[in-house]
Amino acid sequence: MSILVDRNTKVITQGITGKTGQFHTRMCRDYANGRAAFVAGVNPKKPGESFEGIPIYATVKEARAATGATVSVIYVPPPFAAAAIDEAVDAGLDLVVCITEGIPVRDMIRTRDRMRGRKTLLLGPNCPGVITPDEIKIGIMPGHIHRKGRIGVVSRSGTLTYEAVGQLTELGLGQSTAVGIGGDPVNGLKHIDILKRFNDDPETDAVIMIGEIGGGDEEAAAAWVKANMKKPVVGFIAGVTAPPGKRMGHAGAIISGGKGTAQEKLAAMEDAGIKVTRNPAEMGKLLKSVL
Amino acid sequence: MKIHEYQGKEIFRRYGMSVPRGIPAFSVDEAVAAAKSLGGPVWVVKAQIHAGGRGKGGGVKVAKSLDDVKARASEILGMQLVTHQTGPAGQKVRRLLIEEGADIRKELYVGMVVDRASQRVVLMASSEGGMDIEEVAAKTPEKIERVTIDPKTGLTDADADDVARKIGVPEGGIGQARTILQGLYRAFDETDASLAEINPLVITGDGKVIALDAKLNFDDNALFRHPDIVEMRDLDEEDPNEIAASKFDLSYISLDGNIGCLVNGAGLAMATMDVIKLYGGEPANFLDVGGGATAEKVTEAFKIMLRNPHLKAILVNIFGGIMKCDTIAEGVIAASKAVGLKVPLVVRMKGTNEELGRKILADSGLPIISANDMAQAAEKVVAAAKGASK
Repeated sequence: MSILVDRNTKVITQGITGKTGQFHTRMCRDYANGRAAFVAGVNPKKPGESFEGIPIYATVKEARAATGATVSVIYVPPPFAAAAIDEAVDAGLDLVVCITEGIPVRDMIRTRDRMRGRKTLLLGPNCPGVITPDEIKIGIMPGHIHRKGRIGVVSRSGTLTYEAVGQLTELGLGQSTAVGIGGDPVNGLKHIDILKRFNDDPETDAVIMIGEIGGGDEEAAAAWVKANMKKPVVGFIAGVTAPPGKRMGHAGAIISGGKGTAQEKLAAMEDAGIKVTRNPAEMGKLLKSVL
Repeated sequence: MKIHEYQGKEIFRRYGMSVPRGIPAFSVDEAVAAAKSLGGPVWVVKAQIHAGGRGKGGGVKVAKSLDDVKARASEILGMQLVTHQTGPAGQKVRRLLIEEGADIRKELYVGMVVDRASQRVVLMASSEGGMDIEEVAAKTPEKIERVTIDPKTGLTDADADDVARKIGVPEGGIGQARTILQGLYRAFDETDASLAEINPLVITGDGKVIALDAKLNFDDNALFRHPDIVEMRDLDEEDPNEIAASKFDLSYISLDGNIGCLVNGAGLAMATMDVIKLYGGEPANFLDVGGGATAEKVTEAFKIMLRNPHLKAILVNIFGGIMKCDTIAEGVIAASKAVGLKVPLVVRMKGTNEELGRKILADSGLPIISANDMAQAAEKVVAAAKGASK
């Protein structure tokens, strides 16, 4: 077991003909069950062609009908990425993983509004993707740092997720699934949604939750953990030293109106019984200490 | 991206929102000419900088004669205006807005932001205009009205009127307030704004509703479709280091410390600042080089960090993953040589070929200190910075 994706997941790549899409499709296909998983690509101008043996269809709907795929991953450039999500939602996919960084917030407000009442889940945008080690990798994370195991990882940051995974692996702790939810202010699945799934996953024993300044998602997740979580959760929040009013790289990483500070988030997490560390080099050790 | 008040008001006018008549001025002579052409008897001379709190800082003055306009303009133009948003050094005033005076009977507050929880634009309004809205929110949150706006309908007449009444717009001004509120939403939406504020929105003695101030920030990711707004950018108001960094696709923010950091990924870059602080050091900057830590990018990043006269040491923290550490090491060495690096450099890298990468750094003959993990890297760079400042 795992959450969101496993060895049987079939994936469509939207933006398979771009440089980034090609590079990462290759890397994903070479990981674990990737050869069987990455079954289709989409490009409206190149239907009938193929990318290294992966057939290209004009639309997500056609790709889905032809291959039975239920998940897509998006590498489409920012001006067109929200429309790519809309297309995947309209095709009735179960999950859309949007890697693209730099999508205008207004586009995401409209796309999220269109998604209300639809079954499709969105991961991202501006995220590294999701990996279930030794089964499937959907996204841009380095596969080799992961080990199969029983720790769940959820994070808003890409490289900080890798940092946590790297520490776990070095301590001999494998991961059930590692999920990057992305650094944008208007996104799909949040910490709380991923924690719920890890809580229900019989093959996850404990979770590392990594957040950063901006918004109130970590606080919402902490409140849920306090009331519902049956498994230990440890956490880290990036940006204790970040100045207010400055956007720290990620579009969503900003303390505005005095809200969204790391201190507030750490306090909410501690109040919920989540063990937190201020030292990002100790995320793995902290997790090990609660097992 | 931020713009000046007078530019915000230009945008407001396009949306039929009522603002005072006013003319921007870049010199004292222009200020006097602007006042003449507006006609008296009362003018307001307003400093134009990208920060709030200008009135309290002495950047907004009322003038009752043309001589007075001249005196006030000479006083404000060129001053270092210090507000709660500028930091202690303040911001030099290079532009003015000369406006006709308004007979203010009541000051209200109106703002719009993207609410992350509801994933919609939210209108916030309050009877407590002219005040710092953050203070109102903290002390008397019940005085803030909130309306979540459905992107399919926009701000409805009913919602606009209801909010206007609640914040104390008199019945005769409800129609005018609606025009302003709905105009503000359309302006927010159509220009891809990330923040819009009218503080204060005023009711005048003769019952008019006017946007006396205008603050608009824009979503940087949407500027590609707004060339007219990009033209309003005032580089004098921005940190030159941040401008230089943006040209090379580096995300950079100046901080007060003396340890430069160069990291890939925003979250890891923040965490690196945090861990430097945890080990007793002070980060000099936030810097995310993004996915490709190439020799060119690292060189440019070094150049920008080295402009800081207080810089005592640099920490490079790269979680390459897919990237090869030998490539990163070569890049760091090339960059160090290119800029003639004199300050101590600590490098922590993770990814394929880590051992080889460290060996390349060790064999380079450069005084580069290798670290195995983030904590060790922070410890070493803090020690190096302290050693360098002795």
